[in-house]
Amino acid sequence: MSAWLTVGHLLPVLLLGAVTTLEVTAGSFVVATLIGLVLAILQRLDWRPLRVVIAIYVDVFRAIPVLTQLFIIYFGLTEIGIRLDPVPAAIVGFGINGGAYLTEVFRSGIGAVHQGQLEAAQMLGMTRLAALRIVILPQAMRVVLPPLGNFAIGLLKDTALASAVAAPELMFRARTLVDQTFLATQIFVTAAAIYLAMSLPLGFLTRRAEAHLSRGRR
Amino acid sequence: MSGPTSQDARPALVEAIGLTKRFGEVDVLKDVNLAVQAGEKVAIIGPSGSGKTTLLRCVAHRERPTSGHVTIAGERIGEKLVKGHWREMSDREIARIRTGIGMVFQRFNLFPHLTALDNVMLGPMRVLRQSRAEAEPLARELLRKVGLAHKAADYPERLSGGQQQRVAIARSLAMQPRLMLFDEATSALDPELIGEVLNVMRDLARDGMTMLVVTHEMQFAEDVADRVVFMDHGRVVDEGPPHELFRAPSHPRTQAFLRAVVDRQVMGETAES
Repeated sequence: MSAWLTVGHLLPVLLLGAVTTLEVTAGSFVVATLIGLVLAILQRLDWRPLRVVIAIYVDVFRAIPVLTQLFIIYFGLTEIGIRLDPVPAAIVGFGINGGAYLTEVFRSGIGAVHQGQLEAAQMLGMTRLAALRIVILPQAMRVVLPPLGNFAIGLLKDTALASAVAAPELMFRARTLVDQTFLATQIFVTAAAIYLAMSLPLGFLTRRAEAHLSRGRR
Repeated sequence: MSGPTSQDARPALVEAIGLTKRFGEVDVLKDVNLAVQAGEKVAIIGPSGSGKTTLLRCVAHRERPTSGHVTIAGERIGEKLVKGHWREMSDREIARIRTGIGMVFQRFNLFPHLTALDNVMLGPMRVLRQSRAEAEPLARELLRKVGLAHKAADYPERLSGGQQQRVAIARSLAMQPRLMLFDEATSALDPELIGEVLNVMRDLARDGMTMLVVTHEMQFAEDVADRVVFMDHGRVVDEGPPHELFRAPSHPRTQAFLRAVVDRQVMGETAES
């Protein structure tokens, strides 16, 4: 029992780690979403060289473990004089890796919107890009939201890998504390509880957003 | 004289010149020429696969002609002259020309995530950069005109097919186009909903709108069109004022087509009554 009381004292350290976890998650989510959105739109502009480049990016970055990508960004880039701190390195790594997944997610979301929507928007005088932005994307979001929510939750958990590049996130803090106190069970279970407390609301938010976007439909 | 010819001094609002469209090995349009004067209502009829819809889509530059071109008010759509050479227009330039062209689709294509009113206001707000306050009076007026003022706040899914198509017409009119294209606007509708859409189109014709209408509704074509164009196998086979074309078709293929269609429509009417 006293071991759990000790954990109570250590909780602020773990919560500090949780804040970093959220930073890395939010940062890489924004980067990944921007990459995915922009590339999915560019793919639809029918310019073949660009489509090929995007397809290569998606295939390459999905095929390499994110941990390997983190190591390359954190340790490997120093070779060419780029030295990133752990947290920015993690955001860049997860962002680029996630961007590859989200490009596919947004692509399929855009593809799910009927071609007639694009035609109608263009016949109102919108350019292809404007039609995508104003008419297609809002409808694609409905399709994209569930996988996007999944991605966010997966990302939150995957950021534990950032401990390998010394980003002081939740698992990094937990392991450091275990090394110091040997209270492995108590500390890791507490870390699990904190992950749960962060993940569950994300799922809830996703469902709320879905309901909001489904207005006008049964 | 309502039938335009190449001798007309006034340039046609729409002119298709030597239009050819090939999909793979199939020639969907073969050297089609057509001129539509401002204010004229032209119905395009013909069997399915005759190229009517492709012709309409070329006018809107939804399809790029394999050869030939279309001009709208004297300006080629899709191509421009740069230092003596015809170059492809940018997306933005094509979009600018399209603001003057309204198009009504067989499948309505209303934006499902917007209310009827927002559907009608989207073009003026996002393309003409009007504020909500500027766009709303005309949008409401147009909804009233198509008989749907009371449905302004409804989403398309709550509307019948006929109501959706009427909103789609209002949406096109909100851009105040000088030309309206109708691509089998009533073909996807249940029979009892066709009349309400045709009535809106009749009103539009009465207001003097220039209309190019691909249709299977022969009665409508006869009542409303100044000129009927009969297409078959990618060519304009026959054209003329409706009373001539319908009452005394000269071309054997027109005769055969009309006989088949009229038989079916008369039989349909008998069956309903």
